[in-house]
Amino acid sequence: MTLATQHSHPAEPVQQMKRLESLDLSTSFEAAIATTPLGELRSTEVQTLQINVGKRCNQECRHCHVGAGPDRREVMPDEVVDACLSVLCEREIPNLDITGGAPELHPRFEEIITTAARAGRHVMDRCNLTILTVPAYRHLPRFLGDNRVEVVCSLPYYNARETDAQRGDGVFQRSIEALRMLNEVGYGRKDGKSILTLVANPVGAFLPAPQSCLEDDFREELRKRHGVEFSRLITIANMPIARYLDWLDRSGNTDRYMAKLVSSFNGAAALSVMCRNTISVRWDGALYDCDFNQMLDMKMLNGYPGDIFAFDGALLHGRRIAVGPHCFGCTAGQGSSCGGATANQ
Amino acid sequence: MSRPTRNHEYHYDASDLDRFAEIGEAAPDLARKFFDYYGAVFAEGALSEREKALIGLAVAHSIQCPYCIDVYSTKCLEKGSNVEQMTEAVHVATAIRGGASLVHGVQMRGHVDRLSM
Repeated sequence: MTLATQHSHPAEPVQQMKRLESLDLSTSFEAAIATTPLGELRSTEVQTLQINVGKRCNQECRHCHVGAGPDRREVMPDEVVDACLSVLCEREIPNLDITGGAPELHPRFEEIITTAARAGRHVMDRCNLTILTVPAYRHLPRFLGDNRVEVVCSLPYYNARETDAQRGDGVFQRSIEALRMLNEVGYGRKDGKSILTLVANPVGAFLPAPQSCLEDDFREELRKRHGVEFSRLITIANMPIARYLDWLDRSGNTDRYMAKLVSSFNGAAALSVMCRNTISVRWDGALYDCDFNQMLDMKMLNGYPGDIFAFDGALLHGRRIAVGPHCFGCTAGQGSSCGGATANQ
Repeated sequence: MSRPTRNHEYHYDASDLDRFAEIGEAAPDLARKFFDYYGAVFAEGALSEREKALIGLAVAHSIQCPYCIDVYSTKCLEKGSNVEQMTEAVHVATAIRGGASLVHGVQMRGHVDRLSM
């Protein structure tokens, strides 16, 4: 069964959920969590506001859980941007995580960053790298550095073959060019002032390599072959939703990949999954437990505030998190979160 | 316990790999010792897990075990190796296998020498 009718558009969330629920897994995520000291997944205090400012992107990656691409039209409107910034600054949430699509394409991207930075927030830009090589955006490395933004860049592997297979022809070379631009303005230096984080995810239906080993490999290979430096590398498992789920189906890998995620369930990894201290905001202001639930349109349980305009940090603290079969993607092996591995292997 | 049906038309069935543990139903002590040993062998030690996975991949090709080839191909990827590195590991196995045949040519030549005028 293939979910998508076109490569660029994953199936509707309801179809994706049906596909996930149709899988014959040996256990449910709820049952797996019940075997851990957590018992169930509940949130802690909101530490990070993750805003998905839209689905427009200059790339169309084969694993993208957002289904982002150049022809997407979803863009966060002004009133939602304003509400996000109000919540961020008035509620003392320490971290702002800006994602997309390519968040740099949002017309108020720079304003969002300067506002958050001025308020003393730690800002993360989830950057696809190649956008920094587009003429209209080549000034961004310096801008990001001036505002002490942590640039969190996608680079699945240190070779062109693997990177281009997942992200498109020529992406690797343009990513290297962007990394050099970031290095030139101070990113990745040992002084730690401008943090350049690489995000590696597997190019296929397998789990990520151990984070520390892969970081050593990337550091050696990127330095030796391209003269590129970075601050740290994090690994993220591919989430079985959207385009990646479609690829799993088309390549006949779905059952085996899901069985691997389930059999690799690691209770220790569940302690630090991102949904516990993050609130995810959709381009239209709707709130979710995480970016993946957002893409599946999996609402928060028990009628918690549905959008950023009704944000209530106290109410959100301690809430039970909505889970599904895809959640095994965050708890397999060394774990996987927006901050990378969540447990030591 | 009911067993999954098996296709007896073929000597190899990929789903047999998932049933490997069933080998312990008979002679369980030996199976336990084997699996404990197996796990210890592949743990990080003087060699890294990645190096051991690449050795496993090479040996899998040398002994031509389809189960092992699948398992160690996946394991190599999950330890961060790429297809170029894995292919070189297969060539190492190939070179040693080929070399092992070729070096026996010396025995052949010795035997010919003994028989020949």
